[in-house]
Amino acid sequence: MGAAFSLAAFPDAQPVEGLIGGLLIGLAAAIMLLGNGRIAGVSGMTARTLGLTKGTPWTIAALFVAGLIVGAGVFMIFVGPIEATFAPHWGWLVAGGLITGFGTRLGSGCTSGHGVCGMSRLSPRSLIATATFIAAGIVTVAVVNLFGGAW
Amino acid sequence: MRGFIALLSGTVFGFGLALSGMMNPTRVRGFLDLFGNWDPTLAFVMGGALVVMAVAWRVQKVMHRPVVCEEFSLPGTKLIDAKLIGGAALFGVGWGLAGLCPGPAVASLASNIGPAAIFVAAMIAGMALFRVTER
Repeated sequence: MGAAFSLAAFPDAQPVEGLIGGLLIGLAAAIMLLGNGRIAGVSGMTARTLGLTKGTPWTIAALFVAGLIVGAGVFMIFVGPIEATFAPHWGWLVAGGLITGFGTRLGSGCTSGHGVCGMSRLSPRSLIATATFIAAGIVTVAVVNLFGGAW
Repeated sequence: MRGFIALLSGTVFGFGLALSGMMNPTRVRGFLDLFGNWDPTLAFVMGGALVVMAVAWRVQKVMHRPVVCEEFSLPGTKLIDAKLIGGAALFGVGWGLAGLCPGPAVASLASNIGPAAIFVAAMIAGMALFRVTER
């Protein structure tokens, strides 16, 4: 009740879909952890699939990454279209992609590995990494908006 | 069997991302737009995922080995250094610029192949660049 009241200030929010989607993401990470004994980190698994790092057996990495695409496809078939509005110019995607790729390898993880898997383990590394990338993201969006680049 | 578990994990992950709204870069950007038109949805996604995984870690502690592999292969490093913080800061900048992180970007290859392919190709280039500079 209290949450619903305060959420009225954010009419665009989708707390229910977000929460259920989040529970499924947690379940997916739990399947990887308890089934295969590994962290379901997308940046690391993607790099491993492409031979850009070692560690995880290739089959596990490649099938996990393929599964992400399959899962979105299953959603489209059985639930409906996936709403998405991308940056208005491809330059945002190239710059964002390059920096994300380099940064996630340098920092050993992204939202899934550090954010979901590491934070829930109370790993100090992951707590600091997650706080850092959220803060950097907030500053980046604020600066872009300041220069009139909001989208 | 471990391949099946990996595919199952990825598929549930991709489905969850699609349902959560996190495959919409505008919504993710909205979460980071704290000083503007803030969209708290991502906090609910993260909260849901953390609750399940917190339980999973409790279960993991009492397991001798994972269900289909011989042993747990989990990161053991405790080092908090410039690489960790610098890398996370860079990732945050990229995340804020495009509204995409690696999971939703890869999953979007199913639904919006044009922009997703541009981002993922650039991301792979960034990962390859790191690989080169690492040596």
